[in-house]
Amino acid sequence: MKQHLILHVIAKIMIPFIMVFALYVQFHGDYGPGGGFQAGVIFGAGFILYGIVLGKEATMKIVPPPLVYTTAALGVLLYTGVGVAGMFLGGEFLNYSVLSADSVAGQHLGILLIEFGVGMTVASVMIILFLSFADYRQSDSENTN
Amino acid sequence: MIAIELAVNFTLLGFLLVTALYISQTNRLFRAVMLFGIYSLLTASLFVSLDAVDVAFTEAAVGTCIATILMLSALSLTGSRKEVRFRRKNATFAVCVSIALGVALAIGIMDMPQFADPNAPPNLHVAPYYLQDSYSEIGIPNVVTSVLASYRGYDTLGEVVVIFTAGIGVIALLTGRFSKPKD
Repeated sequence: MKQHLILHVIAKIMIPFIMVFALYVQFHGDYGPGGGFQAGVIFGAGFILYGIVLGKEATMKIVPPPLVYTTAALGVLLYTGVGVAGMFLGGEFLNYSVLSADSVAGQHLGILLIEFGVGMTVASVMIILFLSFADYRQSDSENTN
Repeated sequence: MIAIELAVNFTLLGFLLVTALYISQTNRLFRAVMLFGIYSLLTASLFVSLDAVDVAFTEAAVGTCIATILMLSALSLTGSRKEVRFRRKNATFAVCVSIALGVALAIGIMDMPQFADPNAPPNLHVAPYYLQDSYSEIGIPNVVTSVLASYRGYDTLGEVVVIFTAGIGVIALLTGRFSKPKD
């Protein structure tokens, strides 16, 4: 889609705003609407917009598949890790109150961390879905992986 | 104020109905996919008017953007962008079933409590506890986030694992399946 100059320019203007909005939704989820899932989806949508306007090769340069696979797994690991950390600190699984000396501060910290994990996994999986679909035909025709 | 809200709701639901009817009529898959995107955007607008902004975010991003793009990718992969032919033999039976189901659901809805009724059973169980005590226990103003991330943290973990599993499934199905066996 490289010949579509208007799409190109508009996408390049919009993508930074989409990313900042995703980060806002991610870290402001405690106070306003939103949270990890919404932020991850918006973040992923920013990359997908980049992908449909500038092509999958350009997208894979920014987010190489091995990197996205890793962040998808790391998000789940972070979430579970926070849960297990609560167990080691003397609480139940996913009890964030023990993460800090103050129970309310611990809850706040725990929620921030697990929402970040959710956002990471969701954004990565959305990018994985798009890249896998976009890359499928090439792997079919070249007959390699 | 209520009149405006009613007008907005009826307009959106009317558009939804028109879109749905058009989707059921069209025999071009590309057109159907784009119309599903519009359908999803209208649903997102309805969620905004129901004050569920976070659900509206999700619907707009997933339903309108990502699902539409994935459907378009699937269409281009399968190469079936042409028209599909319907066999319209038993259409009257299907229409009758749909209308009967719709009427049954409409009758069922009459038994539901009013929207946002504070005395509805779902609002009397744990909801008052969350609304009154979550701020002193969790310390964040957004009760939805407190419930999803802390009180129901285990469920949310399950959801994240489901999404992760979906990603793994897509990787397993679509990536590198044609690699040649080495001799």
